[in-house]
Amino acid sequence: MNEIRKTSLFEKHESHGGKIIDFSGWALPVQYEGITIEHESVRNFAGLFDVSHMGEVDIIGSEAFDFVQNLVTNDVSVLEEGQILYTFMCYPHGGVVDDLLVYKFNKDHFYLVINASNVEKDFKWMEDNIGEFHVKINNISDDVSEMAIQGPNAQKILQKLTDTNLSEIKFFYCKRNVAVAGANCLVSRTGYTGEDGFEIYLSHEDAKKVWDALLAAGKEEGLKPAGLGARDTLRFEASLPLYGNELSEEITPLEAGLGFFVKLNKSNFIGKEALVKQKAEGLKRKIVGFEMIDKGIPRHGYDVLAEGKKIGFVTTGYAAPTVKKNIGLAMVDIEYAKLDTPIEIQVRKRIAKAKVISKKFYNKNYKK
Amino acid sequence: MKIVQGLYYSKDHEWVKVEGNKAYIGITDYAQHALGEIVYVEVPEMDDELNATDVFGVIESVKAASDSYMPVSGKVVEINEELENAPQMLNEKPYESWILLVELKDQSELDNLMDDKAYEEFCKNKSH
Repeated sequence: MNEIRKTSLFEKHESHGGKIIDFSGWALPVQYEGITIEHESVRNFAGLFDVSHMGEVDIIGSEAFDFVQNLVTNDVSVLEEGQILYTFMCYPHGGVVDDLLVYKFNKDHFYLVINASNVEKDFKWMEDNIGEFHVKINNISDDVSEMAIQGPNAQKILQKLTDTNLSEIKFFYCKRNVAVAGANCLVSRTGYTGEDGFEIYLSHEDAKKVWDALLAAGKEEGLKPAGLGARDTLRFEASLPLYGNELSEEITPLEAGLGFFVKLNKSNFIGKEALVKQKAEGLKRKIVGFEMIDKGIPRHGYDVLAEGKKIGFVTTGYAAPTVKKNIGLAMVDIEYAKLDTPIEIQVRKRIAKAKVISKKFYNKNYKK
Repeated sequence: MKIVQGLYYSKDHEWVKVEGNKAYIGITDYAQHALGEIVYVEVPEMDDELNATDVFGVIESVKAASDSYMPVSGKVVEINEELENAPQMLNEKPYESWILLVELKDQSELDNLMDDKAYEEFCKNKSH
């Protein structure tokens, strides 16, 4: 359990000079050249991430749809074959088990992509909730390598390695059995950076070959390998939530401001009752964006104050590379959630002034 | 990794350059490399009296905030104000970018620090 695991691309990270850290039990690069360089390269050109630590679960069977529809908060019935949905699994009390992507391969086959740190917990949760559903669930996380190519040049680069017309894969759609540099891949137009891009799922045997082929194909277009550091600053600027920061067992999707992915009019799903009640009663707290007025960089876990009392906590904060401001996301009591509300951040021993701003720190550049 | 002769070094990767009864304090090349891109430096106030091992400041990289510790005891007599607008100087020129100047309280504390050779050895062992 505590043994550190290596992805099939570990040697590549070492040969590119990656600074390796222990990330949820995985040996992964936090950066290669530097977080800011990699961040800018994704925003302006393209970046390549190893995301093989993510978990994958196959849901197969005549009641696969019913099982998934009961499991997650978003409405799976709207999905066409090859379409993908962002959603949550919730506990009966409304807190989040995990956020995930649901891929619909066909009506009897769904493919769920879950967070690395939650794989065991999530899989147990799915097993515990099979109930009467005729469905087989397989945790195939150990068999799948995954990489993400993200940035405005992503399509141009990936297109060099495949005959599949990538412009036909629309945002939040996927295609199976795509040959990339001769390897059989699942390719989806998804990502976690706020930029256009693709996520590529393939076998461990093929991963190194495709990684090298992408970097070679993307050399002219400015493709660089990018680490976990840039992954976090990019997703944060695009206001995409991170499990363990903006989402947790103690935070509901409504409090996280992600009610769009919770369809309370669905016939039933785990946690529905609690979330319907929370909505009816009104939220008592909510995640907001904020900007520092005084000097200092807000960090995950710092207290948020107003009028001398604690009103919340910082969920993520950075000196944001593209936005070039010290900004954060914080969970605050609802009366402080309005735009322009003055708040204070306890930056170590110092209290620093800040104000609530829109969470749209950075305008996403998805190809819809 | 660069190490400069004639400086004193702490186990927390600060360097000390003694001039008379005063000492400049900064962070080593090893430290700046471990921290990554530095985006903010929080420094003490003028005239603060700090003891060895007290936190004298916080160095923030893109990813995290890290405390810096006094290698020796002393009173703060000058702060490097350039770092406020150019914290990346600590990455670019760690040995030229001092953080604070202190009036030494007890010169004998320097005996607790390492010279360049001992520090080089210390870093080598650390990376294994």
